Amino acid sequence: MEFIMQPWPWYVSGPLIALLMFLLLWFGERFGVSSTLKTMCTMAGAGKRFQFFEGSWKKQAWNLVFVLGAVIGGYLAVRFLGGGQEVAISQATQNDLKSLGIIFDKSLAPSEIFNFNFLTTTPGFIMLIVGGFAIGFGTRWADGCTSGHAISGLSNLQLSSLIAVIGFFIGGLISTYLLLPLILG
Amino acid sequence: MKFLKFLLAGIIFGVVMVKSEAVSWFRIQEMFRFQSFHMYGIIGSAVGLGVILIQWIKVKKLKSIDGKPIEVTGKPLMWKANLIGGSIFGLGWALTGACPGPLYTLAGAGYSVFWVVIAAALVGTFTYGALKKYLPH
Repeated sequence: MEFIMQPWPWYVSGPLIALLMFLLLWFGERFGVSSTLKTMCTMAGAGKRFQFFEGSWKKQAWNLVFVLGAVIGGYLAVRFLGGGQEVAISQATQNDLKSLGIIFDKSLAPSEIFNFNFLTTTPGFIMLIVGGFAIGFGTRWADGCTSGHAISGLSNLQLSSLIAVIGFFIGGLISTYLLLPLILG
Repeated sequence: MKFLKFLLAGIIFGVVMVKSEAVSWFRIQEMFRFQSFHMYGIIGSAVGLGVILIQWIKVKKLKSIDGKPIEVTGKPLMWKANLIGGSIFGLGWALTGACPGPLYTLAGAGYSVFWVVIAAALVGTFTYGALKKYLPH
């Protein structure tokens, strides 16, 4: 039990993610979370106006159930399994973030950013709304996200996924080194 | 009952995402600043074992729970879409500290503002679908 309550090291977490990918294949489906965003657009009737969303969402219903589980899992991990306590990031990152005005408080995410008051400010709008939009727009254009490309795709030795992951890092580095200092500075 | 196994898999996924701290904005910053091995260890070991498991499926022609052969369908190469779309997603990943899985998990973990981020992501996906024919692929 002591082990469960501690943060899980990478060599436990990574293989568990691979096993989940395998489990979904064994269930006859494919691990890829960003598809759920498309499925919800289809459910809302987007297929009436745009061909991309046409078709039945029912074949993807399993994935909506999966992400419902991801919500519940997040709750359970924090509530009962000591999740998100005593996060320990490197001193170098703490120093870099301090120069951006963000204090590392050993939680999962900085509370001064991830709240509804910050959302209504310009920096908050860019980080949360524009950032969220970029996730939904970019993953669909790239045909997958971290689960569909980085985990499933690289495991299948796909070139498309390698290029997508290179893209993930190009964008991530631009945000980290150019946008965040502009937004928070 | 058909859906129960997916619910359980999702719950395990959410727990792993929190307990590994892969949902942490701080950890994602640390990754993009190359200041820790943690996130690379998670993704690297997942892919390492993933390659072995997928080869095992292919070589042994494993069958799914319904008795059908497991199909590992690849994603087609569309290098412009993969690279440009991927870069746009990367912008959002570093700003919010979350990729799509963690969006849901963080909302469940008590960061309620992520419901709004999910709504913004839905608008993003809708906008892609509306503009698809004008974008390079």
